[in-house]
Amino acid sequence: MAIPYFNEMYQNDQVRPLYARLEDWTRAMPAELRQMKQAEAEALFRRIGITFAVYGEGGDPDRLIPFDMFPRVFTQTEWRKLERGIKQRARALNAFLLDVYGRGEIIRAGRIPARLVYQNEAYERAVAGFVPPRGVYSHIVGIDLVRTGPEDFFVLEDNCRTPSGVSYMLENREIMMRMFPALFRENRIEPVDGYPDLLRRTLASVAPAKCEGEPTVVILTPGHFNSAYYEHSFLADLMGVELVEGADLFVEAGFVWMRTTQGPRRVDVIYRRIDDAFLDPLCFRPDSMLGIAGLMDVYRSGGVSICSAPGAGVADDKAIYTYVPEMIRFYLGEEPVLQNVPTWQCGKSDDLKYVLENMTELVVKEVHGSGGYGMLVGPRATKAEIAAFRDRVAAKPGNYIAQPTLALSTTPTFVEQGIAPRHVDLRPYCLVGERIELVPGGLTRVALTEGSLVVNSSQGGGVKDTWVLAE
Amino acid sequence: MLSRTADNLFWIARYMERAETMARLLEVGARIALMPSAGDGYRNEWDSLLRASGTAAGFAAKYGDPVQRNIESYLFFDRDNPSSVASCIEQARENGRIVRTALTTQVWDALSTASQELRQLERCERSSLELSQLTEWTMRQTAMVRGAIDTTQLRNDGYDFLGLGYALERADNTARLLDVKYYVLLPRVEFIGSGLDNYQWQTLLRALSAHRAFHWAYGGDITAGKIAHFLVLNPQCPRSLLTAIGAAMGHLDRLSRGYGHSTEAQARARVILGELGELAVEDVFDEGLHEFLTRFIREVGDLSGLVQGAYLSGEAR
Repeated sequence: MAIPYFNEMYQNDQVRPLYARLEDWTRAMPAELRQMKQAEAEALFRRIGITFAVYGEGGDPDRLIPFDMFPRVFTQTEWRKLERGIKQRARALNAFLLDVYGRGEIIRAGRIPARLVYQNEAYERAVAGFVPPRGVYSHIVGIDLVRTGPEDFFVLEDNCRTPSGVSYMLENREIMMRMFPALFRENRIEPVDGYPDLLRRTLASVAPAKCEGEPTVVILTPGHFNSAYYEHSFLADLMGVELVEGADLFVEAGFVWMRTTQGPRRVDVIYRRIDDAFLDPLCFRPDSMLGIAGLMDVYRSGGVSICSAPGAGVADDKAIYTYVPEMIRFYLGEEPVLQNVPTWQCGKSDDLKYVLENMTELVVKEVHGSGGYGMLVGPRATKAEIAAFRDRVAAKPGNYIAQPTLALSTTPTFVEQGIAPRHVDLRPYCLVGERIELVPGGLTRVALTEGSLVVNSSQGGGVKDTWVLAE
Repeated sequence: MLSRTADNLFWIARYMERAETMARLLEVGARIALMPSAGDGYRNEWDSLLRASGTAAGFAAKYGDPVQRNIESYLFFDRDNPSSVASCIEQARENGRIVRTALTTQVWDALSTASQELRQLERCERSSLELSQLTEWTMRQTAMVRGAIDTTQLRNDGYDFLGLGYALERADNTARLLDVKYYVLLPRVEFIGSGLDNYQWQTLLRALSAHRAFHWAYGGDITAGKIAHFLVLNPQCPRSLLTAIGAAMGHLDRLSRGYGHSTEAQARARVILGELGELAVEDVFDEGLHEFLTRFIREVGDLSGLVQGAYLSGEAR
């Protein structure tokens, strides 16, 4: 099946103006130089210690995510539209969370089925009725976007809990600037390195009411065996805050404290990179070794802020996703700037029928799956794979959604033979606190295998530097 | 700083120092095994070595009889042995990874290079590796890490926890090495002062890279008295107990100044240092070298416990 893919660099065999200088750049770079630079980039990544361990795969624990040196470029105009759409979405998602843990207006208005919200696994009864500082639940919203044409962007999914990958956005830029300073003189590229500072300010802006003076912010990690540990320590370092594990914190006298060499020190804001279930063994999972006993009591009494707020996950569920445009209209009274991908809910019988009949054309995903696991790309799957997946969907239809196979845009990518188009997506990171902020850029993930549409790093995807050109 | 971070730094240093001692101990064993044997032959000496390193039980359970090749494998490569060179280097590196951002690039490079080269060594045919290659490699790696710490780390409290780890581990290790020679290696009391005795002292000095230094400092024959003085009381010897405890004291004093208050650890270190400072070598032999060393090792252990309680455990209030 030949789908006409939108190539972000070429249109009607002409180089789009925003890529013109990059074309000169690649022309002037002989293959040997390119290989040398590639090796240099890899050495830099290794030295910094950026590695990515994939759960359950064994193998090299110090595996690098492949880095592609060919940058992906957006014009200022393109970016402004994306920015408007992303911020709009982040506001609506937070309004939705505040609502469903409060009066539930959107459900009373009949815009979203109550069952999808209140019976959702990610809905936390423990925080119903509680309003976090500034009414913000999701402080870092990662929105996954794909593009199918010059003006056509779609939101693939929202990540309201703890979207990862921002360290790659920062490091990719750092390494590109170090290796190709001339490129940055010739092109006027918006900087992204303000992100850690913005993140720190965002977190400090949601300090709890009981906090006096400058808030103490920490990052809570599951520990150094976690695949994203590098990112946790990287962000802590750049923000100048402590990176803590559950065992470093304890609750006493209505506050959370961390254990330091100079005795206990009060903690005001916890940017947690662990799931709700592991936050507090007294409240959620009693078998959790990661959490802090009593944390939720302190949280509910306004002694500490937790970012993202417990329960934020209900907004980024794949079943809720379909209703985000509805949220935008309901809470903001605006039309969505960014479109959703049309989605069939296998839980609905008409949709299920359509999905089962058209599986070879569709992408079918598990509602709670992530990281590219538990998904079927119809046009690229074998008959046996489709048959097996059809049985799984038929057995538990409510667990699956389906979307058309999108003609994901491609950008030029360095491959062994030279330069070839490869499919990409984009994850920008929107910060929500006292203000809503978005650094001009994001993480571009690229499917390095020819023809592949799966960009997840756990499935062999790579990353690119992402440029937004200044006016 | 977080107590856990301090703990990780402390253990990076301890593991690196321990790896070095283990390599030096292996060298002692290998050299002694090269000489015509007294007593029960080489088995006895290797067995002593295992006991000195506190790994005899683990070795016996895994390999049975002490055969040199097996002992080398056990003390250098074996990950089942928590004190093997390989285990120590991997542990040091893992502790380093956890506190990656508290280390300079140079220190991290040195730690991760050691671990990467170790994996290459593990892939080599064992018969192609001489023991001396392995021990020299270890000393090179530990020197790289220590050098990187000395030249690049910020002199903050983290530096003091690294320094404390090195100092306390070294105090313990020197005492153990000396005890091995005096109490374990020499099979019977009538060998004292014999050619064998003398040869063993020389071996010990060589293993500590202190053979020449000793001659500069003392000259003449090697005697138990001179060696005990050198390794226990001589402030010029970088591995002497006095030097090691002095270094620990220095780091503890910096911590108490920086934090604005003192703990039991400072008080205890001052007592140990005071005793060493007033000691004459005759006092050591009056008490009995072995008895003295046993007591000293226990005191260093207690001091480590106090450091742990005051700074590393997170229990301090």
